[in-house]
This record gives sequence, C-alpha cells and structure tokens, in this order.
Amino acid sequence: MTDSATTPPRQPMAALPGGEVTEGGPMLAADGRPLKHSLKRALRREKLRAFLLVSPLLIFILVAFVAPIADMLFRSVENQIVSETLPRTVVALREDQNLPEAAPGEPVYEALYTDLFIAAEYKSHTRLGSRLNYEMTGLSSLFRGTGRDVGRFDTDIYTDQFVEAEPALEDPVAWSNWMADDEIRAALPATADAWDAWVKLTVEANEDDPLEEDVEDFVYTALYRDLSNGAAPAGFPDVDVSGFESVSIKALFEESDEDWVDPEIWQVIKTYSPAYTDGYFLNSVDMMNGPDGDAQWRPADEQIYLKLFWRTMWMSLAITFSCILLGYPIAYLLSTLPLRSANVLMILVLLPFWTSLLVRTSAWKVLLQQQGVINDTLVWLGIVSDANRLALINNATGTVIAMTHILLPFMILPLYSVMKTIPPSYMRAAKSMGANDWTAFWRVWFPLSVPGIGAGSILAFILSIGYYITPEIVGGTEGVFISNRIAYHISSSLNWGLAAALGTILLALVLTLYWVYDRIVGIDNVKLGG
Amino acid sequence: MAGLPPYASTGQKVWHYSYLVICAAIFFFLIAPILIIIPLSFNAENFFTFTPEMLALDPEGYSTKHYRDFFTNPDWQVPLWNSLKIAPVATFLSVALGTLAAIGLSQPHVPFRRAIMAILISPMIVPLIISAAGMYFFYSRIGLQGTYWGVVLAHAALGIPFVIITVTATLVGFDRSLTRAAANLGAGPVRTFFKVQMPLILPGVVSGGLFAFITSFDEVVVVLFVGSAGQKTLPWQMFTGLREQISPTILAAATVLISISVVLLVTLEVLRRRSERLRGMSPG
Repeated sequence: MTDSATTPPRQPMAALPGGEVTEGGPMLAADGRPLKHSLKRALRREKLRAFLLVSPLLIFILVAFVAPIADMLFRSVENQIVSETLPRTVVALREDQNLPEAAPGEPVYEALYTDLFIAAEYKSHTRLGSRLNYEMTGLSSLFRGTGRDVGRFDTDIYTDQFVEAEPALEDPVAWSNWMADDEIRAALPATADAWDAWVKLTVEANEDDPLEEDVEDFVYTALYRDLSNGAAPAGFPDVDVSGFESVSIKALFEESDEDWVDPEIWQVIKTYSPAYTDGYFLNSVDMMNGPDGDAQWRPADEQIYLKLFWRTMWMSLAITFSCILLGYPIAYLLSTLPLRSANVLMILVLLPFWTSLLVRTSAWKVLLQQQGVINDTLVWLGIVSDANRLALINNATGTVIAMTHILLPFMILPLYSVMKTIPPSYMRAAKSMGANDWTAFWRVWFPLSVPGIGAGSILAFILSIGYYITPEIVGGTEGVFISNRIAYHISSSLNWGLAAALGTILLALVLTLYWVYDRIVGIDNVKLGG
Repeated sequence: MAGLPPYASTGQKVWHYSYLVICAAIFFFLIAPILIIIPLSFNAENFFTFTPEMLALDPEGYSTKHYRDFFTNPDWQVPLWNSLKIAPVATFLSVALGTLAAIGLSQPHVPFRRAIMAILISPMIVPLIISAAGMYFFYSRIGLQGTYWGVVLAHAALGIPFVIITVTATLVGFDRSLTRAAANLGAGPVRTFFKVQMPLILPGVVSGGLFAFITSFDEVVVVLFVGSAGQKTLPWQMFTGLREQISPTILAAATVLISISVVLLVTLEVLRRRSERLRGMSPG
C-alpha cells in the first residue's frame, strides 16, 4: 500500500484549495508542480493501489483455478504419447508408401523394434497400448504381449555373427570410443541412434554403467542395417555382412502376434501419431477418424455420447420446467403477502437452500426407495398395491424429483426479486378498467414477471446440466448426466483425454448460457440468499 | 393475493383457497424431505421408514443409537475431523484474499474491472465436475493431488466468489469520506482499515465467510478427485455411504448437518439485519 492516504496535500481533492494560479502559467498544486500532472499522478497511484489489492487473489485464482481449467482444455487435444513412445516408428511411418492397402515395409518394423524394445524397458508400452485401445479395441493386449516378446526376438543372431567376425565389437568401451567419433556417427546413423538410446536406457531405467554392460541386440541389428546399406567408415572394424544370416523383423513381429501385419492397426497408429489430435472431440460426439483420415460415425452400438448429451439437455429442461411450475406460485404468494409474513415463509425456502446437498440427496434416497416412506404411504392409502410399488429411484424420475427439489430455491429467489419490483397498483389499475382477475394477471402481471422466469430458468438450467452428485446417487443408469460420464472416465476408465474433451464441450455450453444470463440479468446482480 | 375482498364471488373464493392449498403443498414438498429425516434418525431399527412402533409413538421404537454410532465410530469421526480441519483454513484463505480484493475492486479507478471480476467469479460459474477434473489433472502435475493443501487450495478457490460478492455488496453502501476523515486525523492505511472500514463491512465479511465455510464443509465433488483417503471429509463419507451400502447412521449425520445449517441461517439473518441497520445510520 502506498502512503498517499496519509499525505493529504498530494490528494487531488486536497490539491485544489492549496493550488494557486500563477500569472499566465499552468495551475500549480501546493508542492509547486503543475496541477494537471499532480492529478494524473494521483490517479495512477490510485489505480496501482487498487490493482495491488486485487493482485494476490488474482494470482491465487489463476494458479488454483484458471490453470487447472486451462490444463483440462490442453489435455482434450494433447496426444504426445504416440510420438514420445514410438518416435522412430512415427518417422518411418510417414515415409511408408504401403498403407493403407497393405502392411508397412521392413523399415517401419525395424524402427518399431527399437522403439518397442526401449518402451518395454521403461514399461511405457502398456500406457501407449491403453491409449490406443480407446481408438481400437485389442491394441492394449497387442502391445502388452509383444512388449514381453520383444526382448527375446531372434535378433541375437546378428550379435553372435558380429562378435564372431570381430571380437572387439563385444566391448562396450570400444563402442563408446567409436560412437564418440563424428565421422563414424555420420556414416552409421541408425547405429548411432540405437547406441545413444541404449546408453540412456541403461543409465536411466536400469541404473547401470553402460561401459560394463553387454550391448543389446537392437544395436547390432541397427549396425547390420547400416553396414548392409554399404557404409564403411574409417576407424570402424571392417566387417563384411554380405554373408551374414539375416532375419526379417516383420516376420518376427508377425510371429509374436499376427495382428502386426494388419494394415488397420497401422492406420490407427499413423492417424494418432501427431502431437495434437481432434480424436477425443470426435469421440465425444460419437465420431472417429476413419482409415482414410476423414471423420466418420462410430458403429451404432458404440454411439453413446450424443444420446447422453441429449438426455442431459432434456432432463435439465424438464427440471427447469418443473421448477417454474412449482416456483412461480410461491414467488407470487411471497411477493403479494405483507413483508412480515413473507419473511417468515421465506425461511421455508431458505432452509432447503442452506441445507447440505448430501442431506437433501440422502433424504430423497430414503424417501423414494421401494420400501421407503412415499411408497409405504401410497400402499397404506391404497393408491398402489403392495406388489406394484412405484419405481421412483434409480431412474430418470428419481433424478427429476430430487433435482427439482434441490434447484427450486434458485428459481424462487430471482422470481421473487423481480416480482417484488412490480407495483401492486398496476393490477388494481387493470381491474378498475374492467379486467377480471385472470386477464389482469395474464396481460399485466405475467409479462412483467417474464425477466424473472428467464433469469431463474437459465440459472436452474445451467446448474442442472453440470450436476454430478444427485444423478449419481438417485439416477441409476437411466438418469445420469454427462458429468457422471466425465467422472467415470477420470476415475474408472482412465481415459483422461476423453474426459477433458467432454468437459470442454460442457464448459463451452455453460459459458454460452452464462453469457446469455449476463446479457439478460447481469452477473453483478447475482444475489445470495435473497 | 394478501386477503380476499369482502365482495369476492364464489368462484374467486374457491380459486383463492385452492391456490393457498397448492402453495401449501409446494412448501410441503420443499421442507418435508428435510424434516422427515429428523424423526427417522431416531429409529430404533435399522430401517429407513417408520416402524409400527414409531407410528404408535411407542418410546421403544425410538433410540439414539445412530447418534452414538456417529459420535463414536471412527468411520464417521475421522471424516468429521477432516472436514473441520479443511473448512476453516480454506475459509480463512478465501476471506483474507477475497476481502482485500473486494476493497481493491470497490475503488473508483480499477483497470480491467470487468475482466478481473469475471475471473474471480468463475469458480462459481464453472460446473463443479469440470473444476474437479481440471484440478485433478493440474494438481497431479504439480504434486498437490491427494494432499491436505491441495484440498484446502481447491476449496478456497471455490469459496472466493461468495466472499467477493457479499463484501462488494457491503462496500457499495460504504461511505468513502470516512476513510478520508480517518486519514485526515492522522491514521495510517492499516489503522484506518482495522479501526474504521473493517467494523463497518464486518457483516459482509462474516456472511461471505459463512458462505465460504459452508461451500467447503458441504463440498464433495472436488474433494472426491483432489483428495485421497487421508482427506476423506464428512460429505465424502456420506456420498460413499449412499452409493455403496447405506447405513442409518447417515440420517444421524444428516440431522447434525441440518442443525448446523439452521444455526448458520439464523446467524446470517441477524447479520443482514445488523448490516441494514448500520447502513441506515451511516450518512450518505
């Protein structure tokens, strides 16, 4: 805080009486500066002070709340896992010409061999498998199974043949000397890349000293590839590989799991190899990236989200409508009663408003059960027979009843505050001019109360489309909302990207509605507890 | 609709009384589910409905065993204490930062006031499940997920809009010449704040604090995601109970919470009246 409040002469208000007009010059403040500057400075200070008072909270909210929301938005498009886990394969796939008609050529499998070997050591291949499984079922077990096999591939024949031809090739110290030579590295690119990956892997994942470990098969496999391409760098042992027995990596993968030669699988990997994807959003609206890269509908039995969005919408509308139906008479009664009795009745509205949400939800869970109070009463009154007790819970009916009860105060309070401003003399005037009760209400009172209906409806609708707790408890499977699906994807299926995309769509919907609410009512007019 | 004029026709009378009956039914719908919890919580059996003994008002049918369970069973006591450890700290954070910011926002010249206000109010607007998802993702990145402070920060963020709204509303009626007078009489800004401004806006601050407290105390969605088993709060325990196997102790817990809300409601009403009286007395 600045000390401007303690030095009155610098305050703009105080500067005026102390100011004096010099002949022909600008008006001066008490300290001799031009008054204009003094005022500007004071204004700047005041702005700065106000901003300093707000800034701690602003920073707090930015870190604790806005950053998480931004993180969610980012996660809904982020897809770096494929290119991070299989970097070489992604590059090789980009150059491959065989897809989508046939399985990719040998270079892609060679790249996949190196990538998968490393991923299996870091155990990151299972995460990638689960990620790709969202796009095509079966990929999770494919990656898991081959991740186990990849260390035992028959590529050790290269190791054996190289070591037999040149024993120095078994020595990791000699390797590290060669690999420090830039010319050798340039001549043997695949080998250098595999060597670097192996050193990193040995240090990071296994915490060993690479100079004391046996070099892995995939480095020799890369070396075979480089040398058979005709590379012969100076300083590197001259090994003739033309007589080597060779093995097809593609065949090894096919042996591990024949799905690896299925072009469809490769198409999925290729489609989801970029670092950012619209896949989660497409999934949120029951679409997916087809084999040719175009968006297309998912198979009918996998389409659930549009239906869920639609259900969330119409159930929220039903809840909003029941709130209007029940809230309007109450608000009308409260606004026409004398203030004292209205205040007493208002307590009946505010008590539910202030009661814990869990308490109200428990109450409904208890009341609506098959053996609950409502069914017992109905049976006792003879309205329903004991055998056909009503199914009021674990379906859409339960959600609508409980949510209407929970959101009703949010409808009554704005309605009441609008109706309070309608002068009662209007109704009297209408009646004195010959309108009957209904006409006076319908032509005079009702139109004046429409802003209240608008405000209350938007508020109730916004609150209800994002509700989670109550539908989860009383909604069963038929009465749940999109938010329950978001929670499911975060905590059970662990498909965070899809949860983030669904959340982003819901957020966009809510913000649009709030924008409308702001235009109609103004956020500043939000009142708490009437 | 206050009263029926003496010249009302039969039709008007019928309509008037049926309207009152409709209103009574709606009030019943609003209040009965909450009130019915209270007698049910004294059920001597493990049922969720009235037993014949209870309906016969037989003392045998009633017991406080669910309350004994609530106050002795660690399944309920640990969450209760967790709630009581989290809510006050979160409330303190929201009130301290929120009051400061509300005072800043009430100054006549604040750059980007609308934008700042929108950001500060946003935790109230964004659906809880979305806040919970975002916080879960982000707090796991920075290592706050599953910690006490993670939950406190999350709850403080959720409580801030209420503090901002109530304190800003109180400051609208605040006469700024009072602070100038204090400054003129030689008080420093801190002294002016605590001696002059704070006592006048106190009702707003306290009711904002109550809102923030109840937000944290009653919150379940965010703590479900941001917290771990060590931060299990009372609403979380109730939620688990409702979703998995429902035990009648939940009704005792609910009754305790209803009493807390009644106390809070009365406090707020008293504060509102006091604030109106104070504002009525202050000049301008």
